[in-house]
Amino acid sequence: MIPEKDERAARAAAESAARRSYGKLIAYLAARSRDVAAAEDALAEAFARALSDWPRNGVPQNPEAWLLTAARRRAIDAARRRKSAAMGEEHLILMAEELEEAASNAAAIPDRRLALMFACAHPAIEAAVRAPLILQCVLGFDAVAIGSAFLVAPATMGQRLVRAKTKIRAAGIPFRVPEPDELAQRLDSVLDAVYAVFAEGWSDPFGADLKRRELSGEAIWLGRLLVALMPDQPEALGLLALMLHAEARRNARRDAEAYVPLADQAMSLWDHAMIEEADALLLRARVLDAIGRYQLEAAVQSAHAARRHLGRSDWKAIVMLYDGLLALTQSPVVAVNRAVALAEVEGTAAGLAALDAIATDRRMAEYQPYWAARANLLARFGDREGADEAYALAIGLESDPVLRAFLQKKRTALGTD
Amino acid sequence: MKYMLLIYVDEAKGAQVAKQVGETAMSAPYIAYTEALQKAGVIVGGDRLQPTSTATTVKVADGKTQVLNGPYAETKEALAGYYMIDVPDLDAALSWAARCPGAAHGTVEVRPLWTMASDPRKG
Repeated sequence: MIPEKDERAARAAAESAARRSYGKLIAYLAARSRDVAAAEDALAEAFARALSDWPRNGVPQNPEAWLLTAARRRAIDAARRRKSAAMGEEHLILMAEELEEAASNAAAIPDRRLALMFACAHPAIEAAVRAPLILQCVLGFDAVAIGSAFLVAPATMGQRLVRAKTKIRAAGIPFRVPEPDELAQRLDSVLDAVYAVFAEGWSDPFGADLKRRELSGEAIWLGRLLVALMPDQPEALGLLALMLHAEARRNARRDAEAYVPLADQAMSLWDHAMIEEADALLLRARVLDAIGRYQLEAAVQSAHAARRHLGRSDWKAIVMLYDGLLALTQSPVVAVNRAVALAEVEGTAAGLAALDAIATDRRMAEYQPYWAARANLLARFGDREGADEAYALAIGLESDPVLRAFLQKKRTALGTD
Repeated sequence: MKYMLLIYVDEAKGAQVAKQVGETAMSAPYIAYTEALQKAGVIVGGDRLQPTSTATTVKVADGKTQVLNGPYAETKEALAGYYMIDVPDLDAALSWAARCPGAAHGTVEVRPLWTMASDPRKG
C-alpha cells in the first residue's frame, strides 16, 4: 500500500507538472496576440482535465503535447464562432493556427514564460495586481485561490485580473524581455511580484492554510525559473537565495502549538542542504558585482544561518548589511531590524536609542514589529512598565492569532500584573 | 499600434515659453523631437493646441445645445498638444513619450487608439 503522504506528494507533483506546462503554453499562445484571456480560454478545458487526470494516471511523457491535443479542437471551434460574430479578431484565428502548428511539434515550443512575466509585471499594470497576475497566467491558479491567498474577495480579485489582462491586450504591452538599458529597473518589478507571492505564503507561520503555504513553493519555483532563464542577474540570484533561506527554516518556525522566534529555533529543524544552496547562490551573485536589495536581505538571512558555525547569529555583519539596506531603501522595516541587531552588538541602550531615533516616523505608530522590538528591548533594560505598554500596543496591532499569542506570553512573563 | 501622446502642461509656464519663441513657432526641443519622429517613420500626426482660455465646450441635452465658455475641466495642467504615433507596442510608445519635451516640463499620457474594424482608411 502506498502511504497516504507519498500519494499526496505524487498528486502535488502531477499538479505542478500540469501548471508548468500550462504556463509555458499560455506564454507561447499569447505572445503574438497579447490576448492572455483568449489563450486561457483555449486551454481551460484541457488544463482542467490535466489537473484531474495526471494525478491519477501519471504525467504524460510530453505534457505540452497532451494539453495541446486536448485544447486544439476547442480553440479552432471558438475561433470560427468568433470570426463570424465579431470583426477585427484576426488574432484568435492566428492563435488557433499557432495551436495547430505547436501541436505538430510540441517538443520545440519555445519557453516564453519570462517574457510573459515581464508583461504581467509591466509598470503599466497596477502594482498590487502584478503578483496575482503572474500566479494566474504563469501557474494557472484561479481567482478564488489567488483571492484567498491575498485576502481579497474572489470576485474582486477576478475583476482586477480581467482588467489587467484587458490592459495588456488593449494597451499593447509587449511580451518581451527588456533591453539591457532598462532591464534592471523592469526586472525589479518582476522580482518584487515573485517575492510578494512568497511573502503571502510566508505570512502563515502555522502552515495551516495549505493554499497559502503552497504559494511559497510556487514562488521559489518562479525564482528558480528566473535564475535559469537569466543566470547572470545578481538580484534574481539574491531573491532565490533569500526565499530559500527563509524556506529552510519553515519547520523550525513553529513547535506543536506556538510561534518560535529565530533565536530560539532548533537548528536541527533547519534544512541544511537548502541553506547551502542559498549561500552558493549568493556567492554566484557576489561575483557579478552589483549589490541590491535582495542580495543584502539574503545576506542577512545567511548571517543568521551562520549560527550553525558560530553558535550565534553574526550580528556585526547583520548591522552592516542593514546599514546598506537602509541606504538603499530608507525603509522603516529595515530601520527597526537594524536597531534590534545593534542591540546585540553594542548593547540594549544602543538598540533603544536607535529605536528612539525613528520614533518620530509616523508610520511607526501602527507598525507592530516596532512595538514588539521596543517591548523586548525595554524588558531587557529592566523597564517593565514601559515594556508592558509597548507589548500592549504590539498585541493590539497584530492580526495573526499565533503571533498575538506569542506576544501575549512574553507580556505575561514580565509579571507586571 | 497607434497611440496618442497627450501632452499636459502648466499653462502659465507654457505661456512663458510661447512668449520666448513666439505664439505660432515651435520651440527648438519640439522641432528636434518632431524631426526624430519623422525620421523614425512613426509619426501619424500632431499639433500644439491654443490655451484653454480659447476653449468652448458644447453639450447637447434634451435636444438643446448648450455652449459654455471654457475647457471641459479646469485643471492646473491642461492638454496643450498631442502626437499620434504608430509603433509596434506600448514599450516603444513609452520610450517615445519619455523623449517628448512635454514629459520634462509636464506630463505625457499615452493612450492606445481603438483599431476600428471598419476603418475607411484601411479600405
